Amino acid sequence: MTGGAPSPSLDVPGREPPGTPPAESGEPRGRPGKEPGGDPVAGAPIVELDGLTVHFGRRPILRGLTASLSGRCIGLLGPNGAGKTTLLHTLLGFHPPAAGTARVFGRDIRAEGRAIRALMGYMPETDAFIAGMSAVRFVSLMAELSGLPPAHALERAHEALFYVGLGEARYRQVGSYSLGMKQLAKLAQALAHGPRLLFLDEPTNGLDPPARERMLELIRGIRDKGDVKVILSSHLLRDVEECCEEVLVLKAGQIAVYANLEEERRANRRFLELEVRTGRGEDGIGAFAAAAQALGCECAAGFRQRLKLVLPEGVGVRDLFRLAAERQLQIRRLDFKRTSLEDIFLQAMEGSGSHGGL
Amino acid sequence: MAVYERTYRRYDGELTPAWSRFLIVPRYALREVFRKRLFVAFFALCFVAPFISMLVIYFRHNLPALQLLEIPLDRLKDKLLIDARFFWLGMWFQGIESAVLVLLVAPALLSPDLRNNGLALYLSRPFSRAEYVAGKLAVLVYLLSLITLVPGLLLFFFQGYLEGAGWIGENLRIAGAVIAGSCMCILALSLPALAISAWVKWRPVARIALIALFLVPIGFAKAVNVALDTHWAWLLSLWHLIAALWAGLFGVESSVDLPAGAAAAALAGLFLACLWLLARRVRAYEVVR
Repeated sequence: MTGGAPSPSLDVPGREPPGTPPAESGEPRGRPGKEPGGDPVAGAPIVELDGLTVHFGRRPILRGLTASLSGRCIGLLGPNGAGKTTLLHTLLGFHPPAAGTARVFGRDIRAEGRAIRALMGYMPETDAFIAGMSAVRFVSLMAELSGLPPAHALERAHEALFYVGLGEARYRQVGSYSLGMKQLAKLAQALAHGPRLLFLDEPTNGLDPPARERMLELIRGIRDKGDVKVILSSHLLRDVEECCEEVLVLKAGQIAVYANLEEERRANRRFLELEVRTGRGEDGIGAFAAAAQALGCECAAGFRQRLKLVLPEGVGVRDLFRLAAERQLQIRRLDFKRTSLEDIFLQAMEGSGSHGGL
Repeated sequence: MAVYERTYRRYDGELTPAWSRFLIVPRYALREVFRKRLFVAFFALCFVAPFISMLVIYFRHNLPALQLLEIPLDRLKDKLLIDARFFWLGMWFQGIESAVLVLLVAPALLSPDLRNNGLALYLSRPFSRAEYVAGKLAVLVYLLSLITLVPGLLLFFFQGYLEGAGWIGENLRIAGAVIAGSCMCILALSLPALAISAWVKWRPVARIALIALFLVPIGFAKAVNVALDTHWAWLLSLWHLIAALWAGLFGVESSVDLPAGAAAAALAGLFLACLWLLARRVRAYEVVR
């Protein structure tokens, strides 16, 4: 996958391979209603990364990313500086790849950047607007730049602003908006032209709890409508967990882990979290974990003398207490839990292994 | 869809041709520009000189009309010559007005977009950096053409109409000089103004920088010329380059002793430098290496 590590297969079974021929005019071929042959982006993975490497000067930012993402809403997670925004910018054509490439709906970012951008809506992380314009003119301008005729652009600007909840404030200057309103205006401009793929870069940045909940509700609404795929970049686990079906965790410019949250939820896998005390420190916990593994348990050590265990058929909690008693180890707490995104993320941050097991 | 439905839907309609989209930028920008009363007043003032020139041409061909105004004909008759020098003087007047207009408009063209991260929004669409710059340049080209090229040509054809068809044929060089001189003047004012607007994010500072660009090189070039006993330092002064070029194009004598070819080459170099500066600056995001 990255850095010489074995690459997990991220392809969703049953998906067709990309094969959409490139648009000759630089515009996407797939405007519904204009092509009788159907939707040319249907079936293609949303984003395929093929050894994508990006440098800023001599500094590598993204290092040989390889993945294929196909969910309705994909989360990009990672600590600050992991390369999330750079990945989005590279897909938008803002940064040229130093090596490798990427495809969006089967279109190569090196050769068909314009056609790709015609399919996209982008909500940047930073404050971004056109000064001296009312929100409706701002969104209308953005829609026109995406190719909509002026009358349609204006109509959709009104619609988009009502949709995000800025209908009553749409004639106010964007520069006079509060931070939360500016975030919504950015979402409106990203949606107004009816994109197939929406890039949301830290959409809940600076929002108070009600505004954040409103933003997440909008994202879920867009996702559930099904017309547009969403890539949500965030360092907030809850945002990603609430909206996304797939998650790609980046760490230092590499893919640390990929997880299909939908499958995780469907698998509904429960595990036991134990908090133990022993006079022998880590050795005692290690011995207990080894004994549990000998019983057939999957076992992983956590923080602060915690253990996570998945019990096989026929092994019960009573067996764990017996093992603990034999090793003079106290079980202070025992909880049944499910795998959370936080677990996946923390595991990714601790090591660079791919997600599996706990 | 009615706004009360408030749901997301994909756009299924027709798209505008890709080549025409750079014209969206000036359409929106001009609307903002013409909302400012100061600008509208100045823009109207820019048409006073062409209107006076038109009156001069009219009276030159209707001398009896001057008698009604009790203006002595014998003194004016020889002075009212409609020749290359007449158009050259008109160009000068309009050129200075163009510089003031650029000072009013240009600093607000690029710097607000850079300051508010607007470029990321433009360039995340099927819209290139070149189209963005072309769109912004089109704002100045449109405005400056209306006060230089268009009045110049209208006056030329008005004079030709009053003088007779033969005059146009005999003075085609004037028309060519008006077209080429206006275009060079427009680019010579617009491109540096855009480059400064791209590099100086604060509008008042960009305006001061533009004034400095127009005026400081004149004094500097004069000092260098005196110190080195040469005239080539005029190549550093934008106005002297334009003056030398116009003198060459119209075939009139000028106090600037620079060859028109050298001035044109220096202006071409300036244009390239400005385009390079714009290419460096007009990016979706500034990359810190």
